[in-house]
Amino acid sequence: MTLRRKLEEKIFRVLSALFTLIVVLVLVHIIWSIVEKGMSSLSWQMISQEPKGGFYFGKEGGILNAIAGSFYLAVAATVLAFVISLPVALFMNIYLIKYQRLLISIRFFLDVLWGVPSIVYGAFGFTLMMYFGLRNSLGAATLTVAAMIAPIMIRAMDEVLKTIPIGLQEAAYALGSTKTETAYKVFFREALPGFATAILLAFGRGIGDAASVLFTAGYTDYIPRSFGEPTATLPLAIFFQLGSPIEEVQNRAYAAAIVLTFIVLCISVAARLLYRLRKN
Amino acid sequence: MQTTTPIFKTNHVERETKLHAVAMEVPIVDIQNLNVSARKTQILKNINIIIPKNSITVLLGPSGCGKTTLLKCLNRLTDLYSDLHLTGSIKIDGDDILNTKIDITHIRQKMGLLLQKPYPLPMSIYENIAYGLRLKGIRKRSVISEKVEKHLKEVALWDEVKDRLKSSAQKLSIGQQQRLCLARGLAVEPEIILADEPTSALDPISSRVIEEEFLKLRNDYTIIHVTHILRQARRLADYVVFMYYGEIVEYGPADEIFETPKPDILKEYMKVGH
Repeated sequence: MTLRRKLEEKIFRVLSALFTLIVVLVLVHIIWSIVEKGMSSLSWQMISQEPKGGFYFGKEGGILNAIAGSFYLAVAATVLAFVISLPVALFMNIYLIKYQRLLISIRFFLDVLWGVPSIVYGAFGFTLMMYFGLRNSLGAATLTVAAMIAPIMIRAMDEVLKTIPIGLQEAAYALGSTKTETAYKVFFREALPGFATAILLAFGRGIGDAASVLFTAGYTDYIPRSFGEPTATLPLAIFFQLGSPIEEVQNRAYAAAIVLTFIVLCISVAARLLYRLRKN
Repeated sequence: MQTTTPIFKTNHVERETKLHAVAMEVPIVDIQNLNVSARKTQILKNINIIIPKNSITVLLGPSGCGKTTLLKCLNRLTDLYSDLHLTGSIKIDGDDILNTKIDITHIRQKMGLLLQKPYPLPMSIYENIAYGLRLKGIRKRSVISEKVEKHLKEVALWDEVKDRLKSSAQKLSIGQQQRLCLARGLAVEPEIILADEPTSALDPISSRVIEEEFLKLRNDYTIIHVTHILRQARRLADYVVFMYYGEIVEYGPADEIFETPKPDILKEYMKVGH
């Protein structure tokens, strides 16, 4: 018996360590292959210029249009999704706290929405666009991406709010707070660090997704100046360039992937720093 | 079952005869036929008590007997829990708080609440106390600062935190947090203090500070204190409500109850308890 338990302990420890290692290795491999193939094409010109004539055949220019477009799109969609998600998540955890069974179904629906493939959101956005007679634009893409990331943000915020002990809610009410005051003055503050993670999660999904913007954002060589104009995005820039038979252009796709990864990394580090500064 | 009668024979309580005579005229909390059930389980059965003003009433009984539920009925925190169904009436200063039309936030401001664990609001020490004051409509900074200082002194916390009023309340030790929660509750000038085993998570020294504070406060506030610790009940109680399985088994002045316990279950509790 003791031998069996010892063996069991050993096997599980080895297995856990092994799978952890595999996950880390895969991540390192992905980053390494992007860097290996893209580093040679990464240049100041690439991130500071819009595409010039012949860019897609390996000539001059850069992907500033896609960097700016993706940035605008992800920020706008995250802000819009936040404005929608915050009241929903607070409503669920303050007003609906008494209706636990209803909450279970709401959470289930949100989880289903989370799991819907982004191409479906893209198609949905496209249908709406057609219906309202809009064309491919930054605005249409923002709405689509916001619809896609809102369920993610709501559920992530909801998970944070769920961990707040009921005692804090009782304490707030006992001092004479209304539900709205409890929500926005107490719960919001308590959950703020967790919300930062929720926002990042949604932002990361928004900036990296290609399928939802495929039909809705369009593609252009220029930086959009309004929500009505079409916009290029980094995932599509990577997608289009990877499809090229020219090796130089393919390498540029990997360079664009480095830029995308770097942006997500920067946002994540910045949010953590901000939180730490605030805490002190 | 021994049903309770809200009658205090004043000759049993010589200590504060006058005070309680007044209290009997103006009961601060008057509970009649209160029944609380969750789905099919009855949590509180036919509760009838009057809690007199400016005294400490201890709700005593074993875990799970409904003490906390009764306490939470008093400021309708029961609203937060699904499936709880309340019938009967709870009058506070003559207003029936179970009436859904009543402004419950106003009623809640009449009561300070101390829970088993302290729950400081996610803001600074100063803001924890200022929060409730602002909800009451006090905006003037000088008034707020004055009250913050006064109530922090009242709970013997001022000297420990006066140099870091702006730092987060959640960084205080748990004993300090509980005293802050008491100060926060007192700052809104309640009439009643509801305390749900407020010392159960604290070290003995912090516990003593809270207990001493209660004894000081009893002349100005009505304190309703939940505990299962017999010794604490003896130290604090003016009146004792002994509960068992959702019912009130015995109710009366502390001296009388502890000297001549009548129901068998209370005798048993006092024999094994300490």
